[in-house]
Amino acid sequence: MFSIVRLIVSDIVKNKIVIVYTLLLAILSWSAFMLEDNQNKGILTLLNIILLTIPLVSILFTAIYIYNSNEFIELLVSQPLRRNKIWISLFWGISGSLLFAFLLSTGIPLILFADLKLGLIMLGVGCMITLICVAIAFVSTTFTRDKAKGIGIVIVLWLYFALLFDSLILFILFEFADYPIEKPMLFMVALNPLDIGRILILLHLDVSAMMGYTGAIFREVLGSITGILIAFILLILWTVVPFWISLIKFNHKDL
Amino acid sequence: MIRLENISKRFGKLQALKQVSIHFESNSCVALIGPNACGKTTLIKSILGMVIPDSGYIYFKEKSIKNDFLYRQEIGYMPQIGRYPEHMSIGKVLEMIQNIRKKTEYDDELLRTFQIDKMYDKKMHTLSGGTRQKVSAVLAFLFNPDVLILDEPTAGLDPLASEILKDKIIKEKKKGKLILITSHQLSELDDLVTEIVLMQEGNVHFHYPVETLQKQTKEERISKAIAKILKQQQYV
Repeated sequence: MFSIVRLIVSDIVKNKIVIVYTLLLAILSWSAFMLEDNQNKGILTLLNIILLTIPLVSILFTAIYIYNSNEFIELLVSQPLRRNKIWISLFWGISGSLLFAFLLSTGIPLILFADLKLGLIMLGVGCMITLICVAIAFVSTTFTRDKAKGIGIVIVLWLYFALLFDSLILFILFEFADYPIEKPMLFMVALNPLDIGRILILLHLDVSAMMGYTGAIFREVLGSITGILIAFILLILWTVVPFWISLIKFNHKDL
Repeated sequence: MIRLENISKRFGKLQALKQVSIHFESNSCVALIGPNACGKTTLIKSILGMVIPDSGYIYFKEKSIKNDFLYRQEIGYMPQIGRYPEHMSIGKVLEMIQNIRKKTEYDDELLRTFQIDKMYDKKMHTLSGGTRQKVSAVLAFLFNPDVLILDEPTAGLDPLASEILKDKIIKEKKKGKLILITSHQLSELDDLVTEIVLMQEGNVHFHYPVETLQKQTKEERISKAIAKILKQQQYV
């Protein structure tokens, strides 16, 4: 298994896109902290990078990489290897490189400039979001052989998670403003891993004071250590379930 | 050695294999023939576990291949169209497969006669179709497997290379291996095969040893014998 992961990682490094991604993230993160006088503003800029750029790059890069590795996968399947092993190696090869890129570029300024607890939560959220997007790309590619269609699906999913879902939430909030919807809102948020991440980070910033009653409920549930744990368990589920579905589909795929 | 029981496979509307049952013994060289899209490649890929049959069982050395993968250790497979990671060099591809197979002894005869060892640095995407075929052949024979599955082995090879490959197949046959070949060029099979399987529209039409075929039709050449048998059956 390790040898296949190593092969994939060396292939991704040769591909250079991940190196450019690392550099870009590094420039964005360093400048976010250097240009802003206030630590919180830097954190907010970084939050937007984590919630928009990282999902987009992870989900697109993974989907394209899997489609391009078709021949590689076909060659490996005819060899004495377990299919599970091929698929899991591919997952770790891709997500490992993306995680490394994120930790190297954003991790260092976060540890240096932000306070430790917040920095660690942000790093955790960033890593989980990378893993989740890779897993979602994995499951999307097993649903269609058509490359254009597969990449289309992941772009739509990214639009949904990053942009559409928020409008949907806002719409529901306004429509049902007269009812006690704070608790159902908590459930709604669990439907979008990016929102879980966002709220988790916002609650540890001073701006959360402005979030009103809903914010208070979130703070009550998600602000404590158990809340953080629950949020991370949800994020892990968001990784494991899509990847597990893709694994089952891959095991029955005809090559 | 390889036994298929009631294998069916459907791709969308196309029923590629219909309840195919067939048995291959070691020490034989079987030719799988039949028109395009009759299910030859699907049959081969099911044996390799690349295509998962909808129903039926496949046994390799009396063990079901379902949920097994180690049996592929003993199979050398040469695909019809060799698809390789485009940006990898020949040397890297060979090295990778060697790492996976974990064998220490290699049969590098084809590697040398095809002179593949002299172009280790070439990237796969720069190779011609024929050279790709040669790489596929080298990989199939490299690990000295008990079973060789060759899908259209000589298609795309120049006459010299295809003679080399045929000689190699005969050599391996003499070692008592099972060799499965699919081909459209019936004339090429004459001095190679011992059994013939004719497939049509996902069914096994017949499975005869070559001598039976020759006796029945009183023809020496396989291509003529098969043509004759097909004609006879059409007019019955």
